[in-house]
Parts: sequence; C-alpha cells; structure tokens
Amino acid sequence: MSKMTLKTEGDTHILVTRRFAATPEAVYRAHTDPELIKQWLLGPPGWSMPVCISEARPGGRMRYEWSNGKGAGFHLTGEYLELDPSSRIVHVERMYLPDQTPDNHVETRFERDGEGTLMTMRMTLPDEQTRATMLATGMEHGMEASYVRLEGLV
Amino acid sequence: MDGLDAQFAALADPTRRAILARLSLGEATVNELADPFEMSQPAISQHLKVLEDAGLIVRRVDGTRRPRRLSSTGIEAMDRWLAMLRTALEKNYDRLDEVLAATGKKKGEKR
Repeated sequence: MSKMTLKTEGDTHILVTRRFAATPEAVYRAHTDPELIKQWLLGPPGWSMPVCISEARPGGRMRYEWSNGKGAGFHLTGEYLELDPSSRIVHVERMYLPDQTPDNHVETRFERDGEGTLMTMRMTLPDEQTRATMLATGMEHGMEASYVRLEGLV
Repeated sequence: MDGLDAQFAALADPTRRAILARLSLGEATVNELADPFEMSQPAISQHLKVLEDAGLIVRRVDGTRRPRRLSSTGIEAMDRWLAMLRTALEKNYDRLDEVLAATGKKKGEKR
C-alpha cells in the first residue's frame, strides 16, 4: 500500500502528499536540519549528499549537492521565504542538471494527523510546459536506479 | 525486446525526455522545439531522430511543415517514466520514515 500521492493540479502545480508516523515537529526538523536531510533526500542506493546547506530562516540559503561517488553529480540551490516552525515551509528552488531549471516555488505543510503527520507539498512552476519538463527531467538520478532495477527484471 | 531497449536508450537523456514532455502538450515543429531548449536545430533534429527510431514520436506532413507528436508508444513511455519518478520520491520518503523512527527511538530511550 502506497502512502504517497503525486498529482498535478491546474496548469502549473504538482501536489505531493505523504503520511508519517512522527510528530509535525519531527518531520519539519527532518526537512530543515542539514544533518537529517542528508540522511534521506538521496534518490537511489549509492547516491549521497556530500554538501547540504540549509539556513532555515526567511532569506536563508539552501544548497544541496548530490554525488554518485563515481564522478556524476548535480545540485540544487534555493532560498527560504517563510517558515512557521513545525507547520509550514515556503521556499524557492532550482536544479542544475547542469543547465539551470526554472524556479520551482514550494509550499510544504505539516499537519497533525492522528498519531502522525500529514505532509502536503505544493509545487508551483512558471507555466505548463515547465511543469511537464520538470516531471520529465526531475530526479535524474532516480531514473538511473529505476533503469538498473528494470534491467534486472527484463 | 530491441524496441524496448531503443526506447529506454531514447529516454535516458534529459533533453529527449523534455522534448517528449513538450510534445505531451501538443505537436510541435523542430523550430518550435529548438526555441525553449536553446539548442541548435541540428542538435534537436538529432534527438528527434533517436525518438523517431525508437517509435516514441511520429511526424506529420503539413505543407512544408513536419510537426512531430507523441505516438501511443511515446505516451506509454511517458507514463512509465512518471511512475519511475514516483518510485524515486517514494524511496526518499521511505528513508525519511527510517530517519524519523531512529530519532524518535533515541528521544524515547532514557538511560
């Protein structure tokens, strides 16, 4: 059973929801504390995030660098715009693949849901084409692992 | 199996996936495709040839224009690709579950 939903909304939004068995405080911390982010925001096995800068305050910088340990890598930069501790993060980010992608405006909410937390992440892209392109080019490294898995199956 | 290999090879390039994404919004000519990608026409044409050979796109003749559109195979390929993206995201969140479980445990432990 999948706990995550991923869908498009309107012409320019992407909506992701996921439930976690932890408090909103803990899930929020895992999204803002660089030492915690480095442990999970990775994609497939073998990739790591050697550099994680997360200045969780309005105007603070974000910089995530991923590496597969074999010379391949890419990075993301962004800025925090608004933070309501334990309940809401608004930030803007763009990827370098290596070309810079258009800005992705992201609002992430953490709401208490019974014993756990419901996370709702709403991305807003500049236009419909950018959204389509982002869905097609995003998570570059994620696809590689998927291909490897597929090759194992075929 | 050869067809599948060609499709995967065609999809293994971010520019070609972006072209497919653009075509999922409607047909387009080489010129129209070259514009947003800031690539030369020959470069785009090369990518289009790979996509065409893999059966992911088809071309239509319209006077002097040769607009491309997604084939049904191309549409299926995009769907598969989106499913992969989804899997990659799910993997991250599964890992976050583990991080949360580990930090929760540490907190709960009273030694």
